[in-house]
Parts: sequence; C-alpha cells; structure tokens
Amino acid sequence: MRLKALATTLFAAGMLGAPLAQAQTEIQWWHSMSGQHNEKINEIAKGFNASQSEFKLTPVFKGSYPESMTAAIAAFRAGNPPHIVQVFEVGTATMMSAKGAIKPVTQIMKDAGEPFNPKAYLPAVTGYYTDSQGNMLSMPFNSSTAIFYINKDAFKKAGLDPAKAPKTWKEFTKAAEKLKAAGQTCVYTTGWPSWVHVENFSAWHNLPIGTKENGMAGLDTEFRVNTPLHVQHIATLGYYAKQGWFTYSGRKQEGEDRFISGECAMLTSSSSAIGKIRKGAKFDFSAHFLPYHDDMPGAPQNSIIGGATLWVMSGKPAGDYKGVAKFFSYLSRPEVQMDWHTSTGYVPITLAAYEMTKKSGYYEKNPGVDVAIHQLNNKAPTANSKGLRFGGFVQGREIFEEEMESVLQGKKTAKAAMDDAVKRGNDILRKFEAANK
Amino acid sequence: MIENRPWLTFLSHAVLILGIAVIAFPLYVTFVASTLTLDEIISVPMPLLPGSHLWENYHQVLTAGTEAGAGAPVGRMMFNSLIMALAIAIGKIAISIIASFAIVYFRFPLKNFFFWMIFITLMLPVEVRIIPTFKVVSDLHMVDTYVGLTLPLIASATATFLFRQFFLTVPDELAEAARIDGAGPLRFFWDVLLPLSKTSIAALFVIQFIYGWNQYLWPLLITTQESMYTAVIGIKRMITSGDALTEWHLVMATAMLAMLPPVAVVVLMQRWFVRGLVETEK
Amino acid sequence: MEKRVVFRSAWLPYALLAPQIAITVIFFFWPAGQAVWYSFQLQDAFGLKTQFVGLENFRALFADSHYLASFKITAFFSVLVAGCGISIALLLATMADRVVKGALAYKTLLIWPYAVAPAVAGVLWAFLFAPSIGVVSYVLRKNGVDWNWVLQGDQAMLLVVIASTWKQISYNFLFFLAGLQSIPRSLIEAAAIDGAGPSRRFWTIVFPMLSPTTFFLMVVNIVYAFFDTFGVIDATTQGGPAGATQILVYKAYYDGVKAADLGGSSAQSAILMLIVIALTVIQFRFVERKVQY
Repeated sequence: MRLKALATTLFAAGMLGAPLAQAQTEIQWWHSMSGQHNEKINEIAKGFNASQSEFKLTPVFKGSYPESMTAAIAAFRAGNPPHIVQVFEVGTATMMSAKGAIKPVTQIMKDAGEPFNPKAYLPAVTGYYTDSQGNMLSMPFNSSTAIFYINKDAFKKAGLDPAKAPKTWKEFTKAAEKLKAAGQTCVYTTGWPSWVHVENFSAWHNLPIGTKENGMAGLDTEFRVNTPLHVQHIATLGYYAKQGWFTYSGRKQEGEDRFISGECAMLTSSSSAIGKIRKGAKFDFSAHFLPYHDDMPGAPQNSIIGGATLWVMSGKPAGDYKGVAKFFSYLSRPEVQMDWHTSTGYVPITLAAYEMTKKSGYYEKNPGVDVAIHQLNNKAPTANSKGLRFGGFVQGREIFEEEMESVLQGKKTAKAAMDDAVKRGNDILRKFEAANK
Repeated sequence: MIENRPWLTFLSHAVLILGIAVIAFPLYVTFVASTLTLDEIISVPMPLLPGSHLWENYHQVLTAGTEAGAGAPVGRMMFNSLIMALAIAIGKIAISIIASFAIVYFRFPLKNFFFWMIFITLMLPVEVRIIPTFKVVSDLHMVDTYVGLTLPLIASATATFLFRQFFLTVPDELAEAARIDGAGPLRFFWDVLLPLSKTSIAALFVIQFIYGWNQYLWPLLITTQESMYTAVIGIKRMITSGDALTEWHLVMATAMLAMLPPVAVVVLMQRWFVRGLVETEK
Repeated sequence: MEKRVVFRSAWLPYALLAPQIAITVIFFFWPAGQAVWYSFQLQDAFGLKTQFVGLENFRALFADSHYLASFKITAFFSVLVAGCGISIALLLATMADRVVKGALAYKTLLIWPYAVAPAVAGVLWAFLFAPSIGVVSYVLRKNGVDWNWVLQGDQAMLLVVIASTWKQISYNFLFFLAGLQSIPRSLIEAAAIDGAGPSRRFWTIVFPMLSPTTFFLMVVNIVYAFFDTFGVIDATTQGGPAGATQILVYKAYYDGVKAADLGGSSAQSAILMLIVIALTVIQFRFVERKVQY
C-alpha cells in the first residue's frame, strides 16, 4: 500500500534525527514540571545517568498534572505504562486503590536491596502517602503548602507597616481596607482556591474536610465542608469580593502572575511560587503563615501539603525496577534534595536535606523559603490536618471550586453553596467507592 | 454595478475595512507580543507597537525551545506538524477518492450499508471516543509513531462525501463514452475522472492540511516523546506551566510560526480552495 | 441520487472501498463500540475492576442537574455562534459583493482565520482578554467594566462565543459570497428599475435566494459549535466558571479523560453519537435535496 510505504518512510526519516538506541535499560519518567523546574528535572536525570551506567533515566514532560495522570492511566490500560509517573496529591486515592497497577515504593526498595528508611523523610509529607500498614506507597518529590505573600511596597504606599503582615483575617480586613483606599486595584487574590480556602483552611483550623480522617481511614467517607465555620469562611470571602478586596483569578496559579505584576498586593498560593515571584517581582515582598480566624478554636493548627509524588507503575520487566530503586536512592541524597529544594522552593523531603540547607545558611540569605516548612510543622498533625484522601477528588475539588465561584458571583449564599458542594461531592465519593470495592 | 450610490460604496468599504481590522486585531497583538520582552508584556498595558526583540525571540524558539515548554525546539515541532498535515491530507484524499468512485460508479450488494457506514463517521469528533481509540492504537503498537499520529485521523468521511458530491455532477456521457471506447473502470478513473477532479483535490488538500496541522488532543495523547510533539501542542505546553512564569513573548512567537504554514496554504491556494469548496458542497 | 451509467465488477468496488472501510472499522467502529460497551459498566480508573451496571450511568446522568444544564449551555452557545457567525459573514459578504475595487484583497484578508487552529485561536483570545495582562481587558477596565471572565459566567460565555465565531466567519463568508455571485444580475436589475432600493432588494430578493446557503451554513455552524470548538474551550475557560461554558463535548472529555470516570463519560459519548447521527441524517437529507436544484 502506497500510504503505508509513505508513512513508514516518513517514520524512518523522523527516527534518523533521534539518538541511536542505547544498550542501557531505559527508565521512563513522566512528569508535569515545566519551565525552570523542567530544566531542574533534566539536570537530576543527567546527574543520575552519570552516577551509574546500567540505566538511562528519560524524563518526559506530559502536560499538566491531570494530563500526565490520564496519559499514564491510558498507557497502563493499553499495556505500556511508564516506569515512574508524577501524580498530584488529589490523585492519591485513585492511585492507591489501583492495587494491581502500582508498586509500593517500600517494596521496590526492598526487592532491589536498596537501603531505605521511611523515618528519614519529613513526616508531614510521608503521612499523606503512607497506607494503614505504614508502607510508603509513593516517593515524595515536590511538596509545597499554601502560604501568604504580601507586597511590601504596596503596604508602604498605603501607610501600613510592611514589617507587619496580617496574622489573622481580622487584621487582614484592616489592611485590605487601607490598601483599597490607597487605590490598589486588586487588593488580594489567591491561587488554587479549593486547596487554599477549603482544604488548607480546614487543616489550619483543625476542622475535618470529610469523615473517616479525611478519607484516610476508609472509602465510605463523606464530605464535611458545610459546617458553620466553613460556611463562615466562604461567606467572608464572598464579603471581601463584594467589597472589592478579593479579586478571583481562576482555579490554578493565575493569581500568582497578578501578584508578580504588582496588580494584587496580597496573595495566598503555593509556597513553591516563591522562586518565580523572586525572579519576576519588581518590588519588595515577604512570605508568611496563612491568616487564620482567631475566633475559631482550633487555629492555627498546621497546614497540609500539595504537590506531587512519584508513583511506580507495574507491568514492566522485573529488572527495570532495580533502576527505579537506584534512582529513588539517588533522589533522596541530601545534596540532590537540597539543590532541588533551594532552586525550586519545594519543601525538602528528607530531614537530612533540611538540616543541610539550614547549616548552609541558605534560609538567612533567602527569607521566606522556610515558612512552608515551619507552617507544615506548626503543631503535631491531627486527624484533620495530616492530609486527605478522597476518591475522584480531581472532580471533587472542581465541585468545591464551582460552588465557591457561585458564591463569589453572588448567585448562591455560602450556606447553599457548601451544602451543594457536600451533596455533589458525596455522589462522586459513592461512585468511587462502588467502582473500587 | 446596478446603480451608482457613492455613499453605499463608501459604506461597503468602511464595513469591510472595519471587519478586517477587528478580525486581524488578535493576529496583530500576537505579532507585537512576539517582538517584545516578557517584562514589556506583563507591564499592563503592553505596548501596541512592535518592539525590537523579533529576531531574538524567533531565533530562540526555533533553535532552543523555551524554558517553559517541552525540550523540543519549535523547528522540530513544525517538522512533525508538517508530516502530520501532509500525511493526513494525502492519505485522506487517496483513500476517499477511490472509495467514492466505487460508491458512485458501481452498483453492488451492500453498497448502501458501506455508504452509511462511512457517513456516520462524518461528524463524530475523535475527542468523544478518545480513550478507546487510544487503546486500539496502542494495541497495534503505534504509539509514538507517525503512523499512529495520522492513520486514525484519516478515518473521517468528509473527503469521501465531497468527492461523491462532485462525481455526481460529472456528466454521465463521459462514462458512457468511455465504455463505448472499451475503457475499463480504472482507465476511466485515471484518464477522465482524476483530471476533472483537480479543483476538488486542491480544495480538499487545503481543508485537510489545515485539519491535520491543527490537531490538538490526539497528538497530545499519542506522543510520549518530546521529539514527536507538534507545533500546536508546543504552544499549549508553554502555557500549562504551573509554578513557572508563562513566557508570553515566546508563546506568541511560536503561535505566529505555527499559524504561518496553514495560513500560507489557504492564502496561496485561495483560488482553488474557494472554487473546490463551494463547488463540491453544492 | 444514482448514476445512470455504472460499471460492473464483482470485486473492484470492494477493493476500492477496502482501505477506507478498514480504517473506519478499526479506528472508528471498534473504539465507538467499546465506548458504548463501557457506558454500561462501572470501572475504576485503571480498568482493574469492572462491574456491569446496566443503565445506571445513563440514569445518573439524567439525574444530574449539571448534565442537563450542559445541554442548555450547548444549545445556547451553538445558537449564538451560528447566529453571530452567519450574520456577520452575511454582512461582510454583501458588502464584498458590492465593491469592485480591492475585492480580492478584502477576500484574502477575511479568509485566513479559517487556517488558525481552534486551540491557537483560544490562546490568542485568552491572551487579549486575560484578566490581568490582556489588552482588551485593560481597555474594558479603564472604561469601568468589571471584566473578570474567570469568575463571571456570562463574560466567559461571551469570550468563547467571540473566539469561536471569529474562526468560523471566513468559512461562512466564502459560501455567502459564492451564493451572492450566483444570483442572476438581471433579477436585481429588474427590481432596481422598479424602484426598489438596496435594502429592499436585499430582503425581498437576495436574502430568500440565499436561504439554501443559509440553511446549509446553519447546520454546519451548529455542528462546528457542538464539536470543533473543543480546542477553543480547552484553551480558554476549560468549561468554567461554575460550569458556565461546559458544552457537552467538553464534559464528556473532561469526565472521561481528566476525571477518569470511564462509564459516565462513555454514556455521554453514546448520547453524543446519537445526536451526531441525527444531525448527519438531517444534513445529508438536506444536501441530497440541494444537489437536485
């Protein structure tokens, strides 16, 4: 067939440009890190490849978090998954329930005979990804938490003390009023609205997001984000929006860009945005703990992580997993971790890396980078603040965001919206429970 | 001109110029943005006159790729897009012209069955059945190949439909004459029908080239190596960046480059395209 | 419609059809069949556990107010895109039909958006209207408009309608122009002699003569709005805010690909396929009739 011949020729022509096949075993690593982080990942892979000769790690950027997770799932179903895939925290329940599709990290390390001590990792991080028997299921990689940034120049301009960032939402209100009066077009914005204002809000105030320890103790969990305190917080946000103190920027990191451009004076978003802010902002800024409501009894507790971990997919030749284990050992080295932590702003995953960074004097030179670590470890985590594990939470989180949006639009009251969020969210939990029985 | 109404002629020109201005505005802004630095773009409002970084930005995306995108440079992505667009356009035309020839010029059992089988596929986009399709392609070990990238998209009925419409307008006398001359169906197809179909083929080439070039979701799923990315994906890749700044100046330079080939095809082949399109759809 | 003159051969037509049928079966019917089969199942994301649930997925869909809302949104969106695209194109085509000078230049400058990928079109418009750095947003805000489509549903709808219409105008324009040029000049001249002004001539003669073209474009535009705008929506609003721009195709894609709900998404695909088949039949019947003019 002419067409096929043509296609084959074209294919062959295309392959000529690619490097020749290597005798090494290739380890595929699908990730969602773009920009400077993508470069860092390539550097890590290069470092690992130079450290041994048996395996060749190939990192592939597969789009946003949901995109790479979907691609990995589709590839698994088709029988050709990557070895390692980076999955964001909301996908944890989905990955965890797929017993036959993933290989627990603990087991991989054991099988390969690599030294591995789960205790060496930051508890706030590992707690999220460890099963009830204490097995670490995935390899922590990039973790961050929601923190609060202020534009010190804007504070000065509004006659506020730039050294005193609002600690509580009450203080926040006062600052917002002044900033608005000083002509600030956008007073405050947020990235990742559900993660910051539902998930982290709950942990920070020691409130449950759902029953069964936020879903960690069983699939028959139900959302609890319509308690009076939750409703109060969402209503407060609605009030801020009405006053023109809160500008909604979207469900992802768009808010960060508006903070960097100087448009918005205050921001709550991922601690990992700090590098980008430092690079792009033409003003003096500082990073702080999230504001809390001092009239709520549990606050401030500790915040929870976001970000992603590395999951190992099953279905590859047994020998390949030795390479994966070797790579994980390499990745856990304090110097590799310290480099990753300091150049990206993500939390270091091992205690040794944290100590090493501290000793190097990095935190004095770069104030704000350790805010996330301190906030994550503010108090010993409770059942409400050690993490969350809800099935189908990609959808669940979007439902929370949709309902928040309808409050900010003034279409629903905070109570009605959060009630709907719980109802719709529970439908998804039930469906997930039924599919994963 | 039926009558001379200067004000109406003036109005016509005014409306057209306004229409063109509005339609071209996004393109203009894209071009301007592609000549600026990132700082100039994010300082609201961005300037509306071209800046001085045209060469720099384009050079960077063509050779090195961008910080925020995939590693593959845009040059490589454009090459992939070109192959994809050409393979889809040529493949579609080749298989559908013979299929419509069979449908129009033969009478055979199950003809209607085959006919409907093809036409049902006319409108259902690949997006709604993407996962099962991916599985099929993967089972056939076509992931990360140009065949996997193009072959499934050749399964659409648009081209067959247009050729069929065109063949129906070809005078019966021609086939009659061919038969009297003792020419077989293939001879008739090759000597008579194919030359007559030139405009239709040209029009379809334009349509399908653009269709192929502009694919988004399919290449996104089917390519796992950065060396297989297409230009449209490259652009989206640069924007999805989470914790990195979107480098709008490079995104826009890439967008300009990605738009260039299909726009050139439409503009340069305008005459055949318009004629073929309108004729065949009649 | 059939040819009077046909060739006869026992094998040739099948051989000619074979490549197309093979590709259609392998890459269309087989996956589509699987989608229908999945729509009766409940599966976990990885396909490790599968249960047959009958019509449960369909029942859940029709019990979901957001799915029903998605129907309404899709209808509203399609009508807007088709309506705007057709009227603007008709206006431009009528004007282009009048002018003699520069006609080719106008035409060339109007048709190029046809070549722009929907995903790229979405990126361009999203950039212009970006809440923070967008040029148009800046102008709107200066003029006191509270422009923030990431929150305001109707603004988000406006954005996707503009971006989708923009891409489709050139196509409609070409068809209208061809339609206008095929109207016999004598008809219009006769009306002019009877004293009918340009606007009257347009509504009493030109517009009715264009009605087949208009109807054809209506179907094409609605199909376009239903399916091909996927790239636009994905590049701009991604169905938000609060589902305000979540058209059916986007929801099917989102539920299946991003939310890994294969059963629910497949049920939506099955429903979409029914809609498509209906639209195909309508369009086909219509085109069939048109050929006989």
